[in-house]
Amino acid sequence: MAKINLEEIDSIHYDVLKELGNIGAGNATTALSQLLNMKLDMKVPKVDLVGFDQLAPSICDEEELVVGIYLMLEGDIQGSMMFMVEKKAATCLVNQLMGRPVHDVREFDEMDLSALQEIGNIITGAYLSSLSTLTRLTITASIPYMSIDMAAAILSVPAIEFGKVGDKALLIETQFGDEILINGYFILIPELESYDKILASLGL
Amino acid sequence: MDEMIKVGMADLKVCPYPNAITTLGLGSCVGIAVYDPVSKVGGLAHVMLPDSTQIRNNSNRAKFADTGIIDLVDLMIKAGALRSRLVAKIAGGAQMFAFNGQSDMVRIGARNVEASKIKLKELGIRLLAEDTGLNYGRTVEFYTETGNFIIKSVGKEKKII
Repeated sequence: MAKINLEEIDSIHYDVLKELGNIGAGNATTALSQLLNMKLDMKVPKVDLVGFDQLAPSICDEEELVVGIYLMLEGDIQGSMMFMVEKKAATCLVNQLMGRPVHDVREFDEMDLSALQEIGNIITGAYLSSLSTLTRLTITASIPYMSIDMAAAILSVPAIEFGKVGDKALLIETQFGDEILINGYFILIPELESYDKILASLGL
Repeated sequence: MDEMIKVGMADLKVCPYPNAITTLGLGSCVGIAVYDPVSKVGGLAHVMLPDSTQIRNNSNRAKFADTGIIDLVDLMIKAGALRSRLVAKIAGGAQMFAFNGQSDMVRIGARNVEASKIKLKELGIRLLAEDTGLNYGRTVEFYTETGNFIIKSVGKEKKII
């Protein structure tokens, strides 16, 4: 049985998880900035434990079109992680990568979708590798799975994973950008035993 | 219709006539609309997981198909519905990501649908229609005036079941 209880997380653990989110998101932003060859600043992420009925509404309109990238984690940390970005912002990212005017409004074609998948791959990879370096734990990720749909429908997948262990989800919100401002959301879903491992690896 | 009542994730509510009730963006979760066509009392549950007995932390009964449906029916009876007249329509249970393999997570949508049907059958509630499975999200609206269950998805025609 895991020591940690997400419903009664204390402030030290909360700060540590927040800092992990901060570092991970920082690395992800740097990686993205290099890929897109543009300057991207990152704001201090917001970390929140939210109830399921508040998960989607706390991010955006429940029916807002979003791109979700989902990976399963293996190794020392078991669980899954998601990176989510509004479709409008994702279009800007893809435009930048493909050398089109950033605010070009268009539907994704096959090339765009694989570019988007690659962006997701790089962002989540950078996030997880910094987490792994920091904790000295081995994290192996599955290939990233991508889906474009209503925010609430996409979020139901990580919510269900959290639902197996509690009634709240841990949400790390990062805002990055410069000329285009992008709201990106990382949702890290370690199994409860893995929380213990993460905290223990940091000496807590 | 007077008012559109909103049901969140892992939530359930009764909908008195002549109101309507909605839940936005069902993914792998299932929306179960229960209705008494005579008293016109309706209700909607938005469940996330199939079985409360398999989960340690199961204090939120609305989260599960088994306990959520029981609680919804109880509340509807208190609101004037008659158990023997109840009928149901369900939607959702999609697989949002094209995962490989046959892990629990891959089948969670299908298992939610299955568990909902089993519980409805156990309670003797007839399932009139369903729009379940596949790989896209659904917003649903149930109208107590007509008994219509309206399903909206991205880039698809509105469906009435």
